[in-house]
Amino acid sequence: MIATAPAKSVATGGAVPAPPTRRTAGAILLRRLLLPLLVIALLIVAWDVAIRLLGIPAYVIPAPAAVGQALVKERARLLENAIPTILESLGGFALGNLVAIAGAIAFVHNKTLERALYPVAVAVRTLPIVAIAPVFVLMLGNGYAPKIAIAALITFFPTLVNMVEGLESADPQAMELMHVLSASKTEAFRYVRWPSSLPYLFSAMRIASTSSVLGALVAEWIGTNKGLGYLIVLTTYDFRTALLYAAMVVTSAIALAFFFLVSVLEWLLVRWER
Amino acid sequence: MVFGTGGGAVAALGDVTLDVARGEFAALIGPSGCGKSTLLRLIADVLKPTGGTIEVRGGPPMRARLAREFGFVFQHAGLLPWRDALANVSLPLEVGAWGRRHVPPHRPEELLELVGLKGFTHAFPRQLSGGMQQRVSIARALVTGPPILLMDEPFGALDEITRDHLNQELLRIWAATGTTIIFVTHSIPEAVYLSNRVFVFAPRPGRVTAEVRIDLPSPRDPAVKDTPEFGRYTAALRRALAASE
Repeated sequence: MIATAPAKSVATGGAVPAPPTRRTAGAILLRRLLLPLLVIALLIVAWDVAIRLLGIPAYVIPAPAAVGQALVKERARLLENAIPTILESLGGFALGNLVAIAGAIAFVHNKTLERALYPVAVAVRTLPIVAIAPVFVLMLGNGYAPKIAIAALITFFPTLVNMVEGLESADPQAMELMHVLSASKTEAFRYVRWPSSLPYLFSAMRIASTSSVLGALVAEWIGTNKGLGYLIVLTTYDFRTALLYAAMVVTSAIALAFFFLVSVLEWLLVRWER
Repeated sequence: MVFGTGGGAVAALGDVTLDVARGEFAALIGPSGCGKSTLLRLIADVLKPTGGTIEVRGGPPMRARLAREFGFVFQHAGLLPWRDALANVSLPLEVGAWGRRHVPPHRPEELLELVGLKGFTHAFPRQLSGGMQQRVSIARALVTGPPILLMDEPFGALDEITRDHLNQELLRIWAATGTTIIFVTHSIPEAVYLSNRVFVFAPRPGRVTAEVRIDLPSPRDPAVKDTPEFGRYTAALRRALAASE
């Protein structure tokens, strides 16, 4: 909402500018929720029609109804495998973001450190995650540790890059003001740099929320016997395609839920951007 | 004042001698790049001089900065977008060691009232027009009751109507608070209308080439802009600026 009330009306005791007319909640719901749901429904119908018309065998692509059945019938198994994946994704998300935020803060305050380590971070980023996964399993064993490490690694980079940019996006005049006010470095950080970086942090975390699930999933491809990643590999080899698809649906739902959570958090914490 | 070292060094300011008396309204005018903003930042201890001395109320600028003896108003208001108007005004009371040792002379609400924003205490910067944002920033600069106000082209980004209005408001605030004001501008009529004295700057290296005392009646009224004296002052300044190129 941007008020364009001229300054003149202020001196004469002008009223607070009226908020713009709000769209009804129903209209928002229709556009934001109903439309994408409709598209998804249409895609499912198209999928069903296509496999019938083209005669695709169920072990290659199952019918939507078969996937639905697998979701219901195998729900205990799906849930049992979803829990480790959720924990690994969350752990990796938290670890990756914390390290990235700490790194960005260090970089902004120490340019030498940034020049020394930033290229290393970029180099690590270019290593394919599928290739690093076995290395981590070798180093960290078969437990949660290698999965969390891989999910953390995949979330680390976008947050680091965005956070450095965000902390440096602080308005130079606001930084000059902090100097004029004889603010300490900590105060300048708390009052100006940190809040300036929040919109950047959240756009990075929205990316990280879904990629952390991907990281956990890839890590589960090797050296483990639980998790949705394991289930996906297993069902692929066994040609249990309906369950494979069900596992994919659950994975996707988890990633969407994380994305939604981050968006809600952003909505609550970054109010001034609206 | 020299920026950089060796062959790439730029002399932003040459020899500048300039005295501003207590309670005075001094305007610094000149083309872009003449060092008038640099001078303001030297006074504010944002920059350190490479040579020469600056005294603010009998001491080095750093002492004045720590003692909050000046408020600074930036060209773009420089408000924190996540704080409402009131929280922006009270920022100088929360930040720095000064606030812990002093009882603030004004309540932030009073300052918002002084700048004519009584009904906008909880409005966020993006809900305010450019002129209103600059009012908030003036209130913020005054909240610690500084004897000096340093203003760096504060109305330069505003439209002329808003600017004229804020000029009027600034004169009223100046009369109400009795602060010394050093005001950087590149508008000749603004300099003549507001100040007691105008220092004309020339670039490369920045220096003062003329000093014009403005003896227009105080308190000033917009009608003064139509008088022949006002015209004579603007003409004199225009000539001084042309000569300093």
